[in-house]
Amino acid sequence: MNRRGWRYALTVAVFLLPSLVPLTLYTLIPMAGSLWTSLHEWDLISEMRWVGLDNYAELIGDPGTRAAFLHTLSFIAGYLPLVYVGGLGLAVLLNRPMRGRSLLRGVYFLPVITSWVVVALMWKWLLNPAGGIVNWALGLIGVSGPGWWTDPAWAMPSIIIATAWKDLGFVMIILLAGLQAIPREYQEAAMVDGATAWRRFRHITLPLLSPSTFFVIVISLINGFQVFDQVQIMTGGGPGGATQVVVSQIYDLTFRYGRAGAASALSWLLFALVLLVTIVQIRGQRRWVTYG
Amino acid sequence: MGKAVKYAVVGLGALVMLFPFAWAVITSITPGEAVLAVPPDFTPEGASLAAYAKLLETLPFWRIVLNSLWIGVASTALQLVTSAMAAYAFARLPFPGRGALFAVYLATLMMPLPVLVVPLFIEMRMLGLVDTYFALLAPTIASAFGVFLLRQAVQQVPREFDEAAVLDGAGHFRIFAYVVLPLIRPALATFAIFGFMASWNSYLWPLIIIKSPEFMTLPLGLATLHGQFTTEWDVVMAGSVVSVVPILVLYVFAEKHVIASVAQSGLK
Repeated sequence: MNRRGWRYALTVAVFLLPSLVPLTLYTLIPMAGSLWTSLHEWDLISEMRWVGLDNYAELIGDPGTRAAFLHTLSFIAGYLPLVYVGGLGLAVLLNRPMRGRSLLRGVYFLPVITSWVVVALMWKWLLNPAGGIVNWALGLIGVSGPGWWTDPAWAMPSIIIATAWKDLGFVMIILLAGLQAIPREYQEAAMVDGATAWRRFRHITLPLLSPSTFFVIVISLINGFQVFDQVQIMTGGGPGGATQVVVSQIYDLTFRYGRAGAASALSWLLFALVLLVTIVQIRGQRRWVTYG
Repeated sequence: MGKAVKYAVVGLGALVMLFPFAWAVITSITPGEAVLAVPPDFTPEGASLAAYAKLLETLPFWRIVLNSLWIGVASTALQLVTSAMAAYAFARLPFPGRGALFAVYLATLMMPLPVLVVPLFIEMRMLGLVDTYFALLAPTIASAFGVFLLRQAVQQVPREFDEAAVLDGAGHFRIFAYVVLPLIRPALATFAIFGFMASWNSYLWPLIIIKSPEFMTLPLGLATLHGQFTTEWDVVMAGSVVSVVPILVLYVFAEKHVIASVAQSGLK
């Protein structure tokens, strides 16, 4: 290379290296390390022992793993419809100009900027079985409140409620932006044709909102499969393992049971599942997502 | 739907959003023994700041708040610089293998944090960096998401602007600093907001890498507090209140921009 060539190469390097070096050190190398670890039995202290694909084989047949995936799925199954329907309802209500709209929007968004640990602690306290205010309010209307996060049957619903409460504003803002992008003329034309409000919503608004809906579903599933913070704070995976999700399992395998290899293998299984689900959605979107 | 009904629904919803915060404040000033009182006391008698005092005795809480603030600012600033520079290279500096390298950046974007934390912990332990500020910051120095977002913004800057600068004798560094950066300010602001929120709320990585209270950030400090005072809800809520206030102040100033950024992210 001539002198100008070298100077250009140096320029490119100066622009790229500040991100490429840390990306290599703190993302690419750990990725490779994780794959390597997943092929070993390792307690983080003694010598690593090569076990090939045994960790993967063991995990696939392991009831604990299956339970963790089931708990994660039941979390998503409860959370996603709740947050989507709630967010959509709010977005529709706030779509038309109304007094105090931007204030309301700000209020609904407040939990989104609040850290997960705070949200989980606030809800743990609200849903406290003894002296918690939710059960007191339920008592006022003659309902005897459940044990919430202390009851295996109610622990996951408690986590779902807290999560939906936190993410409602986010979903609302995304859908509201989608609604605002729908040209008013479509609605007006349908109104002239005498379509009822429900039919206009069902046949105009929902299809034209489908790109935003798609975005919400993709993001919620990616985050939902990785749910951890709120679980760790509210139940720690309990009671009796009732809310042990996949990431809690990864955490416990590493730091409680000294099985870093199995934990790495499980994290790759989780990644494969998330990737698969995302690809299926992107491929399937042609069937129902309308880009108007 | 009638206007009144509409207001009633959104108003009630707003109350549901605000109440947990209000209740946290009330609980935090309720004297310890009255916290579990039934019926709950909305205007607690003998309200005191005792819980806040206890908070400061237990953990170096101010230091933890400051840690969260400076780590958030530092990680946001680092990501802005490294991402904007890489974005410029990917948008404006052709070189062999550029497409493949960009694909590598994008691939890391899809890596879930749980895949990375265990090997990253092991790496930090090998480097002797467990329980240090550097370990907290390290994984946030570069951001593939930022590179992706800012590259799009750089691509939208008309080439004529660069060319005019070249005629004036400017090199790539001057074009980057004086032409491109000012023009992609909105994208930088959006990314800064996401970066700061991510750092401020981060829990899993600090939980794994930090042990000493003096290096903790707020989410970890709060979780530790909760572990120590499981049933002393006044103290736990006092900690929650303290950790919400700084982000709330920022939010009041940047609300419009935060919401616009999030709204935009869904429209792509």
